[in-house]
Amino acid sequence: MKPRAMIIHASGTNRDHDVAWALELAGARPEIVHINAIRDGECRLLDYQMMVLPGGFSYGDDLGAGKLWAIALRNRLGRDLEKFIDIGRPVIGICNGFQALVKSGLLPSLHGSSNQQTTLTRNESGKFECRWVDLEPNVAANSFWTKDLNEPIHCPVAHGEGRFVTDGDTLTAIEDQGLVALRYRITGPRYPSNPNGSANDIAGIINPDGNILGLMPHPEDHIVPAQHPGRHRGKTNGSGLPLFENGVEHASLM
Amino acid sequence: MNYCVEVATKPGFRDTRTDDLKDQIELLGIPGVDSVDIADRYYLSGPLSPETLDHLTASLLADSVIETARSFPLDKDHAVSGAGTYTVDVVLHPGVTDSPAESLLAGIAEIGLNGVEQAATGRRYTLHGTALQQEHVERIAAELLANDVIQTYYVGEPAPPPFTVTATAVPATNEIVLQGLDHNQLVALSAARRLSLDGDEMQAIQAYFAQQGRPATELELETLAQTWSEHCVHKTFRAMITYTGPPPDATGPIETTTVDSILDEHIRAATEAVDKPWVRSAFVDDAGIVALDDTTDLAFKVETHNHPSALEPFGGANTGVGGVVRDVIGVSARPIANTDILCFGPQDTSFDELPEGVHHPKRIADGVIAGIEDYGNKMGIPTVNGAVIYDSGYTANPLVFCGCLGALPTGSHPTAPQPDDRVVVLGGRTGRDGLRGATFSSMEADHTTSDLSGSAVQIGHPIHEKQALEVIINARDERLYNAITDCGAGGLSSSVGEMAEELGAIVHLERVPLKYPGLAPWEIWLSEAQERMVIAVPDKNLERLAEIAAALDVEMTVLGKFTGDGILRIDYNGSTVGEIECEFLHNGLPRQHLTAEWRPPEVQARRLQLPMEPTTALLALLADPNIRSKEDIVRRYDHEVQGGTVVKPFVGIAQAGPSDAAVVTPLDVHRQAGVVPGAALAVGVNPAYGTLDPYRMAWATVDEAVRNVVAVGADPDRISILDNFSWGNPRIPDRLGSLVRCTQGCYDAAVAYGTPFISGKDSLNNEYTGIDGRKHTIPGTLVISSLGIVPDVTNTVTSDLKGVGHSLYIVGATGDHLGGSALAGLVEFEGGSAPAPVPAAITGYRALHEAIASGLVAACHDVSEGGISVSAAEMAIGGGCGLTISLRDVPGDDDDTTKAFSESLGRLLVEIRPENTASFEELMTGYPTAAIGETTDDAMIQIKSSDGSPFIVVEVTAVTAAWRSVGGPR
Repeated sequence: MKPRAMIIHASGTNRDHDVAWALELAGARPEIVHINAIRDGECRLLDYQMMVLPGGFSYGDDLGAGKLWAIALRNRLGRDLEKFIDIGRPVIGICNGFQALVKSGLLPSLHGSSNQQTTLTRNESGKFECRWVDLEPNVAANSFWTKDLNEPIHCPVAHGEGRFVTDGDTLTAIEDQGLVALRYRITGPRYPSNPNGSANDIAGIINPDGNILGLMPHPEDHIVPAQHPGRHRGKTNGSGLPLFENGVEHASLM
Repeated sequence: MNYCVEVATKPGFRDTRTDDLKDQIELLGIPGVDSVDIADRYYLSGPLSPETLDHLTASLLADSVIETARSFPLDKDHAVSGAGTYTVDVVLHPGVTDSPAESLLAGIAEIGLNGVEQAATGRRYTLHGTALQQEHVERIAAELLANDVIQTYYVGEPAPPPFTVTATAVPATNEIVLQGLDHNQLVALSAARRLSLDGDEMQAIQAYFAQQGRPATELELETLAQTWSEHCVHKTFRAMITYTGPPPDATGPIETTTVDSILDEHIRAATEAVDKPWVRSAFVDDAGIVALDDTTDLAFKVETHNHPSALEPFGGANTGVGGVVRDVIGVSARPIANTDILCFGPQDTSFDELPEGVHHPKRIADGVIAGIEDYGNKMGIPTVNGAVIYDSGYTANPLVFCGCLGALPTGSHPTAPQPDDRVVVLGGRTGRDGLRGATFSSMEADHTTSDLSGSAVQIGHPIHEKQALEVIINARDERLYNAITDCGAGGLSSSVGEMAEELGAIVHLERVPLKYPGLAPWEIWLSEAQERMVIAVPDKNLERLAEIAAALDVEMTVLGKFTGDGILRIDYNGSTVGEIECEFLHNGLPRQHLTAEWRPPEVQARRLQLPMEPTTALLALLADPNIRSKEDIVRRYDHEVQGGTVVKPFVGIAQAGPSDAAVVTPLDVHRQAGVVPGAALAVGVNPAYGTLDPYRMAWATVDEAVRNVVAVGADPDRISILDNFSWGNPRIPDRLGSLVRCTQGCYDAAVAYGTPFISGKDSLNNEYTGIDGRKHTIPGTLVISSLGIVPDVTNTVTSDLKGVGHSLYIVGATGDHLGGSALAGLVEFEGGSAPAPVPAAITGYRALHEAIASGLVAACHDVSEGGISVSAAEMAIGGGCGLTISLRDVPGDDDDTTKAFSESLGRLLVEIRPENTASFEELMTGYPTAAIGETTDDAMIQIKSSDGSPFIVVEVTAVTAAWRSVGGPR
């Protein structure tokens, strides 16, 4: 039985279909569900084995990237969301979804706190940027998401507010507890390998239980060889897919 | 009670917005600004306790990690002026779209707070500098911080809260008596009301209402003005034109002929002549439609948004993208790619040279690019192709062409409303924004235009459009509507008017959801408020449609119904405010008779003598703003969303080489097993040739657009094209003459290449009269956008060199065509010949395509601006390896400068692996093709003269630095 993945569509999310395809290839049954349908009781989060917050510009990012979505998630999913997380089901937030996870306090959730502890803010370049990056997965992280990801993930970033920022103590705690899941791999100068100026080149983090992953880049846009920018030079992997396969494999146990 | 919440960056954290602003202040030449602080301001009204304000601020407004916030009653607000510190408050004019304020109200509702009655947003800039003067701050505010078309600024005083002022109810309708007015009085009436109608058109309207036996209402007159505007009905392209000029080859005698509509005779006629079975729909709908394969169609449209972008660059370009995306939604398609072609004045133009009332080209470019970025990225549409041209001809009249490609299941787009179908509007609310945009964009501009027509400019709300799109796609798949169109220029008057052309309709204006009360009926009817679609829905489907709309947060309103009596009737609160027969509305416009004349410019047909070393010329060309990499712009657009971009805007080893065309494939097609077809998108534009000969420019532009998609692997027999003309005032015979000559070339080229026009748009009257009376017009600018079908996306080719020891071939012959070339621009050479038509080019492209499809081609790059030398350098930049070329082996002209830099049509540079050279040569038999060099491992570009001596010798790293402008001028 393929696990069901709920992709939460809020007004303005736009990589819903991209991630749906990735999950399909990874062996899940993805469904794109508008957050209103959850509010109205038409769908229930706990009927799904995986939750996905896709990229986009939820509510236009008008009050800060992911901010209103974070509020709506807390408000509309409430206890179901807490339970979903507590029982260890996989949650992934990509780009705008990562921003919402951070602003809702679901990530990094150090010391069990539900307050916002970190943020993702305007890129150091001051600009939205779309370019391909290499990500170094942290296989030592306590998470099924990064299990056995021994190869770098090559995939695009596309964001204006992806700079991971926090205070010194929080950053130390995140590092010490092994919550960094993905880092930008630096080849040559730090920019543009690290495209946004994130602290410690952090591209993605997990919660201490390891079931919530948030990341800025878009592995869902590199799941088949045709998407590889080096394809005309003989490069053909779809290195974004294994991450989703890890999540789906775990979801199937739920 | 009014309050303000001010959010600022915490000390110790960097606000990157201030870096950019300081750079801009420096460019403005204003000294003495040491630092700038930026704070966002939220204005609130209502009975709010301090606790409520704190809760609201903490929950919604401040990012606790990096921001601080304070709230205070607005009467306690204070500003600073003098002693080295000045504050500048910037707020929107009341009524201008303020989406953060809308989102704030939604957020307040979400967290269950009561008491907030109104919300608005603004920004406070605090400038520090010990020597700073008030006048400097005023200049910074006017030039950089606020645009008076949409905003107001306050230096050293607090801005009043920019809440929307709700006007009192307006009288239902005004009557306008036309009877008894003579021709001159009618012209005066048209001018006074800014109707953009001429005397003959006013007389036709006068006669209609005389026959009806009643005066016209204000709403009726405005409806006719919009429907009959140049923008909506393309009067010039449909006019009867008496044209005087030489035959196409420009050598015969000057003759006077009659052109019975350039749209019919020169554009549509080409589509009919080439008669391609895969064209599903051309020129009849919001976008042209062609087949991708048996189950999927592609819709393509390119629009101009020139006038609004000149006044308010961000909003103008933003709504330009929004508008063309709606055109594609308007044929029931999901947008899958955007393109944009931008023409700006030189970025280093001195402020002293600017005509009064004109924004600096850099400000225009910054705003336009940000506007495109904002809309495309937020809607999740990859922006994959385009062009940027800098020329002083565009300083007063910038051009913004926005394109959108969509995909739809074959046969899923219904086009016939039925009697009794309901008129349904979906999407954003209606306000007083964008009034009379259609007529405004059909006028020339001067320094007062921004004062008079500010309301013609809108600010977009891409999220509303994104959600409306999702509703439309759902409704399409469930077949809930019988017809659809977008609400663009002319607003409801135009969209409902068009849909009701055959049937007639009745509309109840009081049902239109408004952003704020107080709009007159004609304002509701004409408002060009963005993000609205109009659909014709059978009564039985309304309930289901309402469910879908509600589930996606989209407002839906039933405005009335289609009747079948052929009359467009508009009611407001039970009384009729307009009633026009559709026959008159759509066919009553008198035909225009215009005069056009074109004479070849007197230029010397002399040879260009290169006054510098060829290597120096190559490096200068690569760094030319019109040639150099546009990476700093293009990377601001998301080109990866939807996962279908299989040939990207940048290619090669470091993803930094140029791409001739993008190839995209719809996600639903991509995820199917088997061979995946794709769409190649490219563009041709070269106004410099037009100053020599618009006929040749047309050929060159079509050739460039076609050549670019062929270069990546499109089938030459599956290419459709779109035409966009931006020209000056068509009532000036030389302007219209060059337009007619250009469309003659469009016809001849399209027929020769077998490429049907499937859609197009013209923007005329791009003229600006300065306060000194000097008229600024643009170079007549033709943009051809091409859409080529790639049968199998795994058989695409990119321009970067792939390896060492491979052969380089030139496909096509090189003639003496340096007139209007990039090299001519560089050395200020006037004269020479623009590239001549190459009617046989398509045969060469077919052979090349066979080679590409057979996997014989390692790399392929079009030869255009800068000729073979620039093209070869660009291939080396992408591939990171060297090359040698012997000019002796280049077929055609015998002058080495010409061989290296000429811009003759029909040419591409091709890299072939040794094992494939024989097969390649065999395929290319019959079209001039020659091996001219090879790729090398020494990372040098070495181009040899015909006598074997070095002509150009330069390191690949040096050409890369020049082209990418690393460390060079920006």
